[in-house]
Order: sequence, then C-alpha cells, then structure tokens
Amino acid sequence: MDNDKLKPKRRQRLNRPPEGDVGDIVVQIQGLWTKFGRTVVHQDLNLDIHAGEILSIVGGSGTGKTVLLRQMLGLETPTKGTVRVFGADVSTAQAEQLQQMRNHWGMLFQEGALYSALSVFDNIALPLRELRALPEDVIYDAVMLKMDMVGLGLEHANKMPADLSGGMVKRAALARALALEPQLLFLDEPTAGLDPDLSDAFVDLIQALHRELKLTVVMVTHDLDTLFALSSRIAVLAEKHVIAIGPTRDVLEVDHPFIKQFFLGERGQRALEVLDERDAEMDTEE
Amino acid sequence: MAAEPFLFYTGAMPIENAPTLITQPPDAGQAQSAVAGGIWQVHTLSEKGVIKGVNATLHGLKNQASVAWDLSQIARMDHIGAQMFWNAWGKKRPAQLILAPQQEDLFRRIEEAGKKEPPRTRAQRVNMVMRLGFALLVFFEHLRGFIKLIGQVMQDTWRFIKRPQAGPWREISANIYHAGFQALGITAIVGFLIGVVLSYLSAQQLRMFGGDMYLVNILGMSVIRELGPLLAAILVAGRSGSSITAQLGVMRVTEELDAMLVMGISHGFRLILPKVLALAISMPLLVVWTDSMALIGGMVSAKIELGLSGRYFLQKLPAAVPLANYVIGLLKGVTFGMLIALVSCHFGLRIKPNTESLGKGTTTSVVTAITVVILADAVFAIVFNGVGF
Repeated sequence: MDNDKLKPKRRQRLNRPPEGDVGDIVVQIQGLWTKFGRTVVHQDLNLDIHAGEILSIVGGSGTGKTVLLRQMLGLETPTKGTVRVFGADVSTAQAEQLQQMRNHWGMLFQEGALYSALSVFDNIALPLRELRALPEDVIYDAVMLKMDMVGLGLEHANKMPADLSGGMVKRAALARALALEPQLLFLDEPTAGLDPDLSDAFVDLIQALHRELKLTVVMVTHDLDTLFALSSRIAVLAEKHVIAIGPTRDVLEVDHPFIKQFFLGERGQRALEVLDERDAEMDTEE
Repeated sequence: MAAEPFLFYTGAMPIENAPTLITQPPDAGQAQSAVAGGIWQVHTLSEKGVIKGVNATLHGLKNQASVAWDLSQIARMDHIGAQMFWNAWGKKRPAQLILAPQQEDLFRRIEEAGKKEPPRTRAQRVNMVMRLGFALLVFFEHLRGFIKLIGQVMQDTWRFIKRPQAGPWREISANIYHAGFQALGITAIVGFLIGVVLSYLSAQQLRMFGGDMYLVNILGMSVIRELGPLLAAILVAGRSGSSITAQLGVMRVTEELDAMLVMGISHGFRLILPKVLALAISMPLLVVWTDSMALIGGMVSAKIELGLSGRYFLQKLPAAVPLANYVIGLLKGVTFGMLIALVSCHFGLRIKPNTESLGKGTTTSVVTAITVVILADAVFAIVFNGVGF
C-alpha cells in the first residue's frame, strides 16, 4: 500500500522518521516459498519494508512469522524466492558482504539469547569488540550509554544473565542488539513474558529509540497492545501469504475471517479503545 | 523506490565518507582549530586503519581547552562517533564548539548517561589461605551431597524392592541398552588392543630368561583382576558418565527437572535409580566382555610372538588364575558402575542453568568419576590383599 494515498491526517499519525528517506526499501521479499517437508508454509509471499517504519508481522500460530524473520536474517534459506535486505540477497551474499549487513542490523530474540557465560557488560560489548578496532575506553562508555538508553541500571553491568529477571534480560538483549547502532532492528515477540507494566515500558522504550536512532523496526508479536501502540504498518500472514498490509486502521477494515477474529475479539476491542483514546489525544494536541 | 538503495557496504569506503579530522595550528589571533568531516559512525570508524589515525589526532588534542571544535561538517554521526569526541574533550563540552542541530541530541544523551556513575564493586581479595578454605568447603559440600545421594538411592532401592511391579523397568532397560550394549564396540577394540600390547611387551621380557609359559599367568592375572574392570570403567565413565551429566544438566536448563517435581515424579526414583541399577548390571557384563577381548588379543599376540598355541593358552588359564580373581573382577565391575552413575548424577543435578556450568560440570563429572574409580580400585587392592593368589 502506498503511503501517499493516505489521508493527510493519518499520515501524521505514522511513526515517521524525521529524515526524508522514507520510501527506500530496506527489506524486500519477492515470490517467497517455504516448505518443511510437504507442508507449505509460505506460498509466493511478497513483502516490502520501508526505511524508518515499524512493521509488525502478525498471524496465527504456524503461519511462519518467526520463520520469515529468520529468513530475513539469513538464518534459514527459503525454498524459493528472494529475500533482499539493504538491496542484497541474503542467501547468496558473499561472506564479507553478509558480515557488513550483520553489522547494520540488530536482532532481539524472544528469550533474549544472552550469552550465559558472559556478564551483561561483556554481552553488550561483544559486538563492539568483534570489530577489533575500537579502543576499550570507548567501548566501556558506549556500553554504559546503551545500558542507560534501554533503562538498565548500571549496577547490573557485572551481573550474569542467569541472575537477571525476565524484563532485564530483554533490556540487556535490546542493548546488545543496539550496540552497533543498527539501521534495522528485528524484534521477535518483544513483550512476550513481560508483565503489563513492564510491557508498556518496553513499548515506550522501543518508541523512544525508534525516534532517537531513526530505526527501521520489523517486529513479530501476538500482543495487541504492543501491536497497536508501536506499528506504523501491520502485515497479516494467513493462507500462506500476506493477506493485508497497511496502517492499523486500514488493516482492521479488511474483511477476512482471521482479521475479524484476531483484532475484533474482546481483547482486540479493548486494545482498540486505547488506540482511539491515543489518537484523540494526538488530535487535540494538533 | 530508490533505484540505488542501501549499498553502502559495497566496495571500499569512498574517501570523502571516511571520518576526517583536520587540525590547524593557531594562527595569529586565532586559536587552534579542529574541523571534523565525513561519516563518524561505528562502521566507518572500524574500517581498517581509520581508528588509528583518528585516535592519534584526538589524543594530540586531548584536554586542550583552547581548541575550537567544528563538527558541523560531519555528514552522519552516531553515538560511538560522538563518544570519541566526548572522551577527547575530557567528558565535557569544550568552550568553542560548533555542532549541527541533529548532533545536539547525541551529545545530550551522552552527557546524561555520563552523569550516572556505575557503582564501584569492591574486588574481593582472596589470598592463599582463603582459597584453601573455600576449596575445602566446596569439597565437604560435595561430600555431603554425595552421601545424601547415596542415602536417597538406598531409600529408592528399598521402595523398588517393596513394589517391584511399580519400578522404573523401562528406564532401567533403556539405560542398560545405552550404557551397556552400545559400549560393546569401543570396549572390544580397546580391550583387544591393550591385550595385544601387554602380551607383546611381556613376551619380550619373559623370553630373556626363558619364562615364556608364564605369559598366561601374567596376562590372565593382570587382565582379569585389574585391567579389564579398570579399562571398562574408564571407558564407561567417559562415555556414559558424561552423557548422564549432560542429560541431567540440560534437563535442568530446560526446567524439565522442575516439571518432574511438580508432577510428583521423583528424580531419585525415575532418573537416578535406573541409571545406578543399569550400570550395576551392565558394568560386570562389560568387564567379562573386555576381559575376554583382552585375553583374545593377548592370545593372538602370544601366538605370533612366542608361538604359544591358543589351545595351550586356554588350558593353562584356569590353573594360572584362580576363580577368586574372576569374582573380584566382577565385584569391581558392579562397584565401579554404581560409582560412575552416582558421581555423574551428583554433578548432573548440580549444574546451573547456563552453558558454562554445563560444560564445566560435565568435565568435572568425568574427571571425578575416573578418579573415584581408581581410588576404589586401590581400596579393592588393599581389602583383597591375600585373596586369589
């Protein structure tokens, strides 16, 4: 869906980066097929992700949301079709090129995936140290800055991941994902396993970081509150491809049983009310 | 859609994009100035050779209050680039500084973060005496845990004897298969080769004083009483001991152990007892197997080296090695098997849910199991001092 066709008022609501590079396609998926044995998960799936947006991927269980995310990261190879990130095909890129790409994206895994043998500080410092160029004092300050950014108290720097609570693990993992100041951030269920307060705080955090660092965010989530609060666009996976993509409101208007059931159930209604309130607030502010 | 999107990583970084820092010596009436340009982002900074030059220049300007800084020519900058300047400025804004508007945010952020000091953690000083104390405490803690485990296994055994029909038969059978049957190949190869080597070396020595026929005594005695059980035990400790520890450790990591407790399934009865019993059953059998393989190896070697026929070897064997030795060997097998299972379960249950602990626990488990087996072997040697000669 082209953003230009939207009504002007709606355009303002979108989480736009201040810079004018919206429209550049960061991730481009074309004619993607994924098969596991005989099961077809994705069938001729197309998806474009633009610079500066927060795109959420939703879908029922087993529709291959996480698989799609992993394919964008090059962790899995699609059966057919291409996944281009920053303009280069992930599955055929040369090792050096791939490494460059990896330095420009960050991934927040669902369970954090912190290295359990390293302290929080060393976890966040690892991507910086891997560059083998930066002096240690700059790394130290950069890690402290990242910890401060994600709201992780500096007193946790020397703790081991096993000693952290679920919310702190997520924050530390986010700090690690942001260590190299990526342009593209992947989030797999960022608020799963967090209590509502923490989850709200996490949403605010990602919003703030998105504004501050001008990130492009690709997110897989089940949590409707997170979804409505963060997404500038939503892509709905069902029937093996993207059945709807666009700003939240537009997706909600699509007539499809999955969308009706997913968004317009009781939980969806509650989350929508919050969305309405937020929009109303924004309108009065304007 | 842009036709040429984000191909920033292709080829070498163009010269005009590299971070630059040009300093000008103080002119008449003007202070020394430093003008930065290019892209000050982590990726350009970490390009080969870039950081060295930048660092050298920054170092030269460090803490010089009079320098006039101009960062407004920088095309793009991120927090790490900004941090480099910040550190060179001695963590405060210099008096003369020109920033582009979008750089204000970066430095404000860094300034804020810098205000928060990480709490100093006092380094714990550990001297030799303390280290010895800690080691002893850990040792006693392990000893206590181990004794507790033995008690637990005894209780579970009693429970098993009282109601054998409700016992963990399936687990016992599976463990016998894994620890016993699947170890047949490796024990056979190692046993055979050791037999060959032992026979070959002894034959050379014996031939010097014409004691060729005593080869059977030497080989039979050492293999059946000592080497067979020890070899089998060391192999099983390496094979099954490590797998038991790793299995229990992974179950701890994935919370399976907790899930079992929640369902009221006892670890001792369903995990530990079957392993202990299975090894107690399969180890003596493996000992017999290793013994025979080692003797066959010795026989083959004796035939080649000394020309002793297989028939003579077998006829001589019962006379050379009294039956008591054989029984001692089997007894050792049972004991070693149980010890290996107990030690590896002990360490397996102590693994903490992280990868490092898993690796360390498995190593410690195997090393301890082998050590304990050799210790037990020494005890056997003392206890059965005069038996079987």
